[in-house]
Amino acid sequence: MRGKKPSGRGLHFLALVALSLLLIASATIAVTFGPADISPTEVWTTILHHLALVPESPVSRLRDAIVWDLRLPRVIAAMGVGAGLALAGAVMQALTRNPLADPYLLGLSSGAALGAVTLVVMGFALLVPVGAFIGSLAALGLALLIAQLLGGATPVRAILAGISISALASAMTSFIIFWSATGDSYREILSWLMGSLSGSGWVDAGLAMSLLLCAPIMLVSARGLDAFAFGDKSAASLGVDVARLRWTLLGASALLTGVMVAIGGAIGFVGLVVPHAVRLAVGSRHGKLLPLSMLVGAIFMLWADTMARTLFDPRELPVGIVTALVGAPAFLLILMRFRRVT
Amino acid sequence: MEGLRVGGVNIRRGGRNIVAGAQFSAPAGKVTGLVGPNGAGKSTLISAIVGIERPEAGELTFEGANLVAMGRRERAGICAYVEQSASTEERLSVADVVALGRIPHLPAWAVGLGTDDETVVAEALEKVGMARFAGRQFSTLSGGEQQRVHIARALAQEPKLLVLDEPTSHLDIRAQLQVLHLLGGLAKAGGTVLLALHDLNLALRFCDWLVVLDAGQVVAEGRPAEVLREDLLASVYGVYARLIEGPGGPVIAYEGTV
Repeated sequence: MRGKKPSGRGLHFLALVALSLLLIASATIAVTFGPADISPTEVWTTILHHLALVPESPVSRLRDAIVWDLRLPRVIAAMGVGAGLALAGAVMQALTRNPLADPYLLGLSSGAALGAVTLVVMGFALLVPVGAFIGSLAALGLALLIAQLLGGATPVRAILAGISISALASAMTSFIIFWSATGDSYREILSWLMGSLSGSGWVDAGLAMSLLLCAPIMLVSARGLDAFAFGDKSAASLGVDVARLRWTLLGASALLTGVMVAIGGAIGFVGLVVPHAVRLAVGSRHGKLLPLSMLVGAIFMLWADTMARTLFDPRELPVGIVTALVGAPAFLLILMRFRRVT
Repeated sequence: MEGLRVGGVNIRRGGRNIVAGAQFSAPAGKVTGLVGPNGAGKSTLISAIVGIERPEAGELTFEGANLVAMGRRERAGICAYVEQSASTEERLSVADVVALGRIPHLPAWAVGLGTDDETVVAEALEKVGMARFAGRQFSTLSGGEQQRVHIARALAQEPKLLVLDEPTSHLDIRAQLQVLHLLGGLAKAGGTVLLALHDLNLALRFCDWLVVLDAGQVVAEGRPAEVLREDLLASVYGVYARLIEGPGGPVIAYEGTV
């Protein structure tokens, strides 16, 4: 460890730039993937044309539509969902001081599933995202309310209450599926439960970009999250308003997760694994961890979704299967690394 | 000389007075020990002094300034706190941990530390003799080393008042002596040091001033050798003990429980 290293800030800046470039390149390549062969030049010409930066596009109507209406919004949605889940996961892990925390910790995913499944079997398939959003926030609210009634919403109480709400919502979801799902709705429900970005359009892409509203709140709080490293007391003694920071960030990550779940269902492992992987590489300072987690999450989800839609073309896999297939072994590797460190 | 003044502080928890009208002062430039049996309210009182918890009544002033009315960040710039043994699962280097002490001094939106802050961090590590560990992972250090890093983190806050809650409890005797010696040096340099302690012999040896807390009330305050009399040990701690004159001052020899 002796000798002059390149400064930490310079390296961090370099990593941000490199990952951003990788993200843009990945997005471009991902749009070219699919049954119709489209070149990267066509992708960018189409994008620039639609942004009114290129007046005349040589790209045919059909190919233009494939890029602009089908693949691009889905790629953007995937990037947003990946970044959002990774960010929410990193924040939840810091707030609860629990390395196993993920964005769904406080019952959000089970609540969302219950909301979504209820609407599917009632035949309101179009309203599923709304149901998921409301369900996730209702579950979170209930978990926090119970924690409060148990004598104050400490992280441990909130997690325990979340587990019970989660179990309850899952049981009700299973009951509804068992009782009233038929062939078609069954497949729809299953793909939703596993998480899927299939059919994502510009509405989903726009919703995913709501990330850009929540992320600044979290990025600005990076130093406050650092202060939690040694617990609430230590954070309070460093001048952090512990209660306000906790509720603000919990609220922001719940909203964020609610939106992401509404877009793609409960896509697993991204929010759990990505922050850990980044932490192993750059340490736990949140000023670095949060932005890098967003970028890595976006790249990871982008490729996972591209694999999900192209591997078994014309059939699509729910992307949650891919993230779990890649994420579970990755997580095991990370756990082994941790065992060596601690 | 003014230092910290605690005046008539009351703290209620669960309908019970944990601290009831505690009154004492911790002079500047001295190490003040806060002793008392388990459950006397030492930790609770310390939480109030460092601003983790709000007292129900009473005054807390430092050099005449009202700590209770102060903003959180301003207060954290005056008063730093070290816990009994604070661990973390986060991947933080020793320098990262010490840099946490700069939080009250940095604007919320600033990314990273300024060069001045880095100097403060380096100097704090130097003061506790941990400078060569700066790049090590915090979690790989021994308990004594971790506690010294925590003290360095507190020093990086550039506090005038350093409050420690049983900082030596889990340390071996060598590490205990190192930490207490370090605190003595900080007080000599003009700082006000207040620490809760269990080991009365260490209190006798290292504290300049002693405050005895029992059932939430201050029952004695003064120079350690004058405060820790045999009758007080019996009434507050419920132990029979004799004070023996040792080579470096009086030593308590315990004989049994009351």
